Amino acid sequence: MPKLTIDDLKKIREDSRKEIYLREGNFRGKVIVHMGTCGIAAGAREIMNSLLDEFEKRKLTDIMFTTTGCAGLCSEEPMITVEMGNAAPVKYRKLTSEKVIKIFNQHIIEGNVVKEFALGIGSERVG
Amino acid sequence: MAEKKRIELMVCTGTGCFAGGAYQIIEELNKELDFFGLKNEVTVVATGCNGFCGQGPLMVVLPDNIFYGWLETKDIHHLVEEHFLKGRPVKKLMFTPPEEKEPLPLISDIPFFKKQLLVVLRNKGIIDPEKITDYIARDGYIAIAKVLSSLTPKDVVNEILKSKLRGRGGAGFLTGRKWEIASQQLKTPKYLIANCDEGDPGAYMDRSVLESDPHAVVEGMSIAGYAIGASNGFIYVRTEYPLAIKRMRIAIEQAKEYGLLGKNILGTNFDFEIEIREGSGAFVCGEETSLIHSIEGNIPEPRQRPPFPAQEGLWGCPTVINNVETIANVPVILSRGAEWFSSIGTETSKGTKIFSLVGKINNTGLIEVPMGITLREVVYEIGGGIPKGKKFKAVQTGGPSGGCIPAELLDSPIDFESLQKAGSMMGSGGMIVMDEDTCVVDVSKFFIQFTNDESCGKCVSCRDGSDALLEVLTRISDGEGREGDIEFLTELAESVKDASMCGLGQTLPNPILSTLRYFKEEYEAHIKEKSCPALVCRNLIEYYIDPNKCVGCLLCIKTCPTEGIRGESKHIHFIDQEKCSKCGQCMEVCPPKISAIIKITGKEINNVERLTELISCKEWKKKHEYTHS
Repeated sequence: MPKLTIDDLKKIREDSRKEIYLREGNFRGKVIVHMGTCGIAAGAREIMNSLLDEFEKRKLTDIMFTTTGCAGLCSEEPMITVEMGNAAPVKYRKLTSEKVIKIFNQHIIEGNVVKEFALGIGSERVG
Repeated sequence: MAEKKRIELMVCTGTGCFAGGAYQIIEELNKELDFFGLKNEVTVVATGCNGFCGQGPLMVVLPDNIFYGWLETKDIHHLVEEHFLKGRPVKKLMFTPPEEKEPLPLISDIPFFKKQLLVVLRNKGIIDPEKITDYIARDGYIAIAKVLSSLTPKDVVNEILKSKLRGRGGAGFLTGRKWEIASQQLKTPKYLIANCDEGDPGAYMDRSVLESDPHAVVEGMSIAGYAIGASNGFIYVRTEYPLAIKRMRIAIEQAKEYGLLGKNILGTNFDFEIEIREGSGAFVCGEETSLIHSIEGNIPEPRQRPPFPAQEGLWGCPTVINNVETIANVPVILSRGAEWFSSIGTETSKGTKIFSLVGKINNTGLIEVPMGITLREVVYEIGGGIPKGKKFKAVQTGGPSGGCIPAELLDSPIDFESLQKAGSMMGSGGMIVMDEDTCVVDVSKFFIQFTNDESCGKCVSCRDGSDALLEVLTRISDGEGREGDIEFLTELAESVKDASMCGLGQTLPNPILSTLRYFKEEYEAHIKEKSCPALVCRNLIEYYIDPNKCVGCLLCIKTCPTEGIRGESKHIHFIDQEKCSKCGQCMEVCPPKISAIIKITGKEINNVERLTELISCKEWKKKHEYTHS
């Protein structure tokens, strides 16, 4: 390998950062797939795969992708929750791959809540 | 299946977790991830020491920041299926503070991590120490780039002077000053040595730095080399640290390949090479002049200073020796600035310090805290207090060269001066917590035994002085202490301190002097009353079965390895003191509800009621009630 210059080093840093972004914890938003038994039975895994493919296509590194258990409204599964910045979390209901891609593009990328699929805004209070 | 990586499992592979089976865990994780088809989504990263060694083998799940400890291979199938496939974190593998029921899932909620401030260990658990690109991604080698492109060696020395960084190896000499002296020497070549000859019992700060972030040491050494005008550096590591050596070796190779070591680094005319030198584990080699002799291939004995190594060191040339932790501070100071660094800590002690928190403490592990934090915060908040609700007695800082700090000084800040004032020292960062069951005479004996073994023998005061100190301490703990022993110990300790040439001899009496200062009455009890208040010194204690409590269950009789307990079922058991080896196993097996076996010492030994004949528990009770009514 040829010797590095300072500019090469900075380029390596930028490239390597993309590799380890999961560890840095600098996220501007968060997508949560609900994967309780109800969610999984209703097809949460498929929703998750579609979302992950979108993430990969866009090389998105500033949104955290995570999973959680049942949200308590099993009849509305599969569900996801989207939390952008300080805005209240939005829950989306009865999702399909098409719907989730739309949510990805409109809400996560552009920042507009997709009202037609939304179940509600905000969360239960924690007592 | 999706192709995107969504979870990273940061599995600690420091020496502690490695010994606990971290690599078997990794193997099992990879197998199970494969089984569930998650290989592309979830990756396993082997990191350096996470710090929470008492919970190892352990891992952190990112980006969720969930901490799992005490992992076993049999848990992995369930864990992968539940958490990584179905997204439901597994509670029973999380950390639950002692005496609490609910686990703390997030690493950020665990008190052990909360109070820490990571400067030296900024990359621990976040990077794969065997991948240079991980280090670069975390701004690695940016400091050396800045130094080589925009600063003169003098600027670098000034920046380190301004930061007020002090040596982390023990004495706390100003690093910038050391560099300045070396840089002013006219003689060439000059050398730089990183000292990783860590020998204190129970201390592993430097090992962890090398294991978790070896490139920080490579970069720090290069910067130091540039500042003092050296183009050769050595890192002196003890052979007992195979993993640290391996990772350092890989780091050096990778840095060479990237042109970050060798000739014309980053296209400038600065050349720097690093060689690893393995020491064979003699404690005295941590002393700088001995270390130099060892690298030269001579007998590792210290020599008189001055001239200091910065003037005349390795092969007679100006040499700077810095501790590994000191060096790992250098890149951060250069990239974030001396002002930022000196904003952390106290007036005279800047930055952070790594400690290995061990002994009688709930959360054993490696911690990095800002200077000036109080001992109480370290012991009770980070360390989680003393196990089994026992009372805190003292903490030994600075290993065998340091002293103990008692409970009344728990609120004093941790910095170079305060520790010294308390009769201890910062040392390299060992912190051994003692509870009420620790005997100070026994502790002093242990440390003097250690330094006595490790004394190189060059100075009479250290060689024979430690012999004499050990002899007296042994006598005291054996119950043969005499009037005048304390005065003799004090006088001899002071003489050894004054007359020895190197740090080993000058500091070896510290454990005795500090325990005499704070726990003199315990020494007196050993000498005058032949009693060991902490119930540790074997010759001064006896195991005794309380006849009022014994239910005659035979458990202790079956356990005793010397067949030293007499008794029958439902008859009161009693110990034949002639046969008792004082191993304490009987006390362990006696059911907690009964707790009939106790340790006694001093006057109690003569005052307890003793059985000579077998008597049934019923009969004893009757007789006993009768005599008392």
